Amino acid sequence: MSEAKKYPAPVTNPETAAFWDSAKQGKFMIKRCTACGEAHYFPRSICPFCYSDKTVWEESSGEGTIYTYSLMRKSPTGPYAIGYVTLKEGPSVQTNFVDCDLEKLKIGQKVKVVFKPTDGAPLPFFTPV
Amino acid sequence: MTIKGKAYIAGIYEHPTRHAPDKSTAQLHAEVAKGAIEDAGLSKDDIDGYFCAGDAPGGAWPMVDYLGLNTKKLRHVDSTETGGCSYIIHLGHAAEAIAAGKCSIALITLAGKPRTGVMPPRAAGAEVDFESAYGATTHNAYGMCAMRHMHDYGTTSEQLAWIKVAASHHAQYNPHAMLKDVVTVEDVLNSPMISDPLHRMDCCVVSDGGGALIVTTPEIAKSLKKPLVKLIGHGEAMKGPRGGKDLDLTYSAGVWSGPRAFEEAGITPKDIKYASIYDSFTITVLMQLEDLGFCKKGEGGKFVADGNLISGVGKLPFNTDGGGLCSNHPVNRGGMTKIIEAVRQLRGEAHPKVQVKNCDVAIAHGTGGLLGVRHAASTAILERV
Repeated sequence: MSEAKKYPAPVTNPETAAFWDSAKQGKFMIKRCTACGEAHYFPRSICPFCYSDKTVWEESSGEGTIYTYSLMRKSPTGPYAIGYVTLKEGPSVQTNFVDCDLEKLKIGQKVKVVFKPTDGAPLPFFTPV
Repeated sequence: MTIKGKAYIAGIYEHPTRHAPDKSTAQLHAEVAKGAIEDAGLSKDDIDGYFCAGDAPGGAWPMVDYLGLNTKKLRHVDSTETGGCSYIIHLGHAAEAIAAGKCSIALITLAGKPRTGVMPPRAAGAEVDFESAYGATTHNAYGMCAMRHMHDYGTTSEQLAWIKVAASHHAQYNPHAMLKDVVTVEDVLNSPMISDPLHRMDCCVVSDGGGALIVTTPEIAKSLKKPLVKLIGHGEAMKGPRGGKDLDLTYSAGVWSGPRAFEEAGITPKDIKYASIYDSFTITVLMQLEDLGFCKKGEGGKFVADGNLISGVGKLPFNTDGGGLCSNHPVNRGGMTKIIEAVRQLRGEAHPKVQVKNCDVAIAHGTGGLLGVRHAASTAILERV
């Protein structure tokens, strides 16, 4: 079922276009503020912590751990698991877990990013390491 | 400045319907407006403040026109949209407007048809490209909170089930409740898993319907015939993942709205005789009880167990109408009915089997949006005069 699932293409906008351009090259980008040093996700131009406009793109390792998840048992496209991953770089990101046995997900489990195609830029998902 | 004691709830009305295939959404708004105005003993032409949220077709100005409100008199409008808690926020804003002299008789309406009509889509936020594909719904967004709460604090499905059990004990006395059968912890645990770790019976009902309030000055309230109920404290707050830093889904914005309301009221959770707590899911109740200070963070499971929320049995009677878990959840928004049942308790108008004795102070608290993603919260503390 999950192989057949169609994901919507991101609409993108001037503030986030670089994220999706990088995604097309298989890179998972976060933003970091050079004024306060904090990383954040999803990407903004103005740092949400110190309001500096000195934010820069940074490639994430794409590695992290499951903060939490919930397995939706039924949906028109079959079961799926939503959750948050806390990246090695710090920020937690909302995602779905894919390419795995959804019954065996655990908080604290190590995961890494994988991209899935859409009609536009690919979307980031996570899968157990 | 404070709104303490400066506004009274003089009219309440909860639509009895839970299934309204033959009515329009605007019609339901009109029916609840009429009900609340009549409950207060006023006329629609007395209304000089109108409050509605995203469920009102077209927003405030089409509703004001449709409802036939007196536009020569109407001088204050507020269409703050914060999901299910919008109406608790409206109550606070109405009190602010009344205290400032911007209106004297405010009408707040909620109505809609999630069962038999089309729900208007919510406008996308800045996060849309980074979240919409992942299918966050109410079930799994609250499931994520419950999963982490269990991980961090050892909360169990049995403890969550007690919240539904308590609601069902109350709903058996509500002739309008959708689910009137008393259920057991085992019933909840044996109901199908919807989105881990939430079972079907951890989830609220889906219902058509609505409700309305009349909020007014102390002077006007005292000139009317209903028992007097005044607002003595109010708080509102918002919370989201905030760039993903230090994500913690085990608490809600109630940790901020609650203390603001208690501070204004000059009381503590120990003084509360009855609690209306938004129960979109069992976990919603448990987290909010902790956040409001009825118990310590992480101890909500123990607090709700063994019937502690059942009127006449436990220490904190809650949602004596059966709440969203058993009675209704008009427009998928629980804030309005939370205020209405709190007012019934303070008036002594709750069902005799669930009426709290000497109920002089009550709380109505709710959230809007998704606790597991981003949300608002609002707290109102009400006192019988």
